Amino acid sequence: MTNPAAVLRAPSRRRNLRRPWIGWLFIAPFGVIFLVFLVAPLVYAFYLSLFSKGLATGTTFSGAGNYVKAFTDPEFLSGIWFVIRFAVILIPIQMAVSLAAALVLDALTTRLSRFARLAIFVPYAIPAVVGTLMWGFLYSPTFGPLTDLFKVVNQSAPEILSSGNIFGGLLNIVVWQWAGYYMIIIYAALRGIDPSIYEAARIDGAGPRQIAFRIKVPMISSAMALILVFALIGTLQFFTEPQVLRPISNGSITSSFTPNIYAFDLAFRFSQFNYASTISFSLGIVVFIAVYIFLFASRKRRGGLS
Amino acid sequence: MKTKSLLAVVSAGALLVTLAGCSPDVSAGGGSTDSAGGDAGSCSNTIVNKDAPQVSVWAWYPNINTVVDMFNKSHDDVQVCWSNAGQGADEYAKFSTAIAAGTGAPDVVMLEAEVVPGFILQDALVDLSEHGADDVKANFSAGAWKDVSSGDSVYAIPVDGGPMAMIYRADIFTKYGIAVPTTWDEYAAAAQQLKDAGGPFMGDFGSNVPAWFTALMTQNGQTAWDYESADPQKIGIDLNDDGSKKVADYWQDLVKKGLVDTKDQFNTDYIGGLANGSYATYVSAAWAPGYLTGAGASTEGDGADWKAAPLPQWDPANPVSVNWGGSTFAVTTQAKDKDLAATVAKELYASDEELQDGVDTQTIFPLNQKMLASDAFADTPVKFFNGQTANKDVYIPAENAYEGYTYSPFTTYYYSELTKSMVSIIDGSKSGSESLDDLQKTMTDYAKAQGFTVK
Repeated sequence: MTNPAAVLRAPSRRRNLRRPWIGWLFIAPFGVIFLVFLVAPLVYAFYLSLFSKGLATGTTFSGAGNYVKAFTDPEFLSGIWFVIRFAVILIPIQMAVSLAAALVLDALTTRLSRFARLAIFVPYAIPAVVGTLMWGFLYSPTFGPLTDLFKVVNQSAPEILSSGNIFGGLLNIVVWQWAGYYMIIIYAALRGIDPSIYEAARIDGAGPRQIAFRIKVPMISSAMALILVFALIGTLQFFTEPQVLRPISNGSITSSFTPNIYAFDLAFRFSQFNYASTISFSLGIVVFIAVYIFLFASRKRRGGLS
Repeated sequence: MKTKSLLAVVSAGALLVTLAGCSPDVSAGGGSTDSAGGDAGSCSNTIVNKDAPQVSVWAWYPNINTVVDMFNKSHDDVQVCWSNAGQGADEYAKFSTAIAAGTGAPDVVMLEAEVVPGFILQDALVDLSEHGADDVKANFSAGAWKDVSSGDSVYAIPVDGGPMAMIYRADIFTKYGIAVPTTWDEYAAAAQQLKDAGGPFMGDFGSNVPAWFTALMTQNGQTAWDYESADPQKIGIDLNDDGSKKVADYWQDLVKKGLVDTKDQFNTDYIGGLANGSYATYVSAAWAPGYLTGAGASTEGDGADWKAAPLPQWDPANPVSVNWGGSTFAVTTQAKDKDLAATVAKELYASDEELQDGVDTQTIFPLNQKMLASDAFADTPVKFFNGQTANKDVYIPAENAYEGYTYSPFTTYYYSELTKSMVSIIDGSKSGSESLDDLQKTMTDYAKAQGFTVK
């Protein structure tokens, strides 16, 4: 069949060819900001990362030397190892919580569901710093409720911020903070599914559970993949929560606790801007590799599902 | 199917965009947006004499606003343009950035003495001995002056100090029949006595106060750094001498026996503990009463009876006085008129009126002898200590006996590593001596990696 759109498009394309600059004009507002605030700092940071400067020496060009140092630096590697472990534990929990909440809310149609949706989302609306400080108080052996709870059974409350428990303490904060946000994304994806599909499924004899796991979950797999990538990147760049908890952590959060904290401390506390740039870029490389591996692995599976 | 799932992603994406619009920008959190520029347009105070040249100052004293107004009213030749670029580490981060950028630093900057050599090494500070620093040398104790000097050069003017002492709860001591310890052996014995009687912790060994631990090791003879800014490529490091090891093992023993707590300090938990009687003593510095009052741990209401006593000693025959904290004014190499900036560094927070305000508001423990030597200051009954004349009894003698300290040019890194050592002392993964041996190795390696010749 002849496409009227094709007929219409032809002259417009010719007009575009005559004035190619008009496209640039449209993207200029974004392009300028993109170049000035993203590309230029990145290029400059990369440039810095190629030089090294000791406190007692001048600046010398070291090429990839800083990168070799970074990937053999036990402090950096321990930070990477921490965030990877954190991501591996955190992401499944977070996904399970947000998916469960979204599926339940999608199935409910009462007024309660609206309230519940808001309630689950509220932690994300609270600034991360405020939320973390709040949890810091809840964890506090002096002010927190745990001390009173454990007193009932004559036990002393655990120090959640001690080096043995900090992992769980942070895990709890991050899940609390982000599960609502991911829930909203999944929920929105669920709302986008055509209800007639459910009807067809019901006629075929599918129960609510089957609809949830055989129809809904596969159909929102793209949204799930999207939030997985967000969660992965966010976790590898973990910074705010441990940084805020640091003053009350009794030494369990060190200056190389996560790679981002390490980069921050190197630059602004130890005056090593060059090496800090290297650490930042190395972290970027790790994030890129991790996301690539994930996308590569999930592409196959999603291809099979849809 | 494909279109549907695509739709889902798009709608999710659209949602993301709208959400991003109202989400807090966490990555930008933390840093204050106080204008930090050295230009005259960004003063947080009013300029009294508009014709006089201006000197920009970064400082974070709580009463600096009042002090700057006093200064500007009494000076026709120069005016201070003050702004607050954050407290401690926040300010240093901005200052470091300004140094690296080559622009944006103020003319005069408030620094703690411990970070001064680090900034000298970055060519950020002016040698004030060439700008009349000797005029005010007589105003300070030898120790306070040594803290800011390197050889014949002087890189900052002292303002506030922290001669160390032990403050204690007289009510708790009376209740459990404990005498005020004058040596560390007595301190440990008193701690045991308290515990046996079911009393509170004797004190606290927090991993986030490396400066405190450094002072206590210095008290027992540690001379950690052999460093002079005139010869900045060479450094001697001696962190694991027998005296230091004795101190580290001593505190580890107290921790192991459960005689002292191991909480981080300077947070609400710790202050709360001090206020509600969880600790019988606080081994602290002269700023402690002002700090605790400001943080809400006052004497009234809690029934707490705080008193000050001299710092316990290792060898009572040869008492050693040490310092924890304190601050100075330094002139930056980016200052336009260095003589004028030096004048401000010397005269700001130095008149009787300005010092008196610092004392009255408990903002500073003045290092200026004009104030230290005055009867009025010595005889002031301190409210926090229920009227005890703590200045005369404890703090002034401690300051006058202070002999000064040589800091390394990488204090922040050292403190970060010392914190790790303190954590291992607390959790017992290493003995106190071992952790200092490891620290010695770590710092030596670090100094070499940074291009120093280790003596």
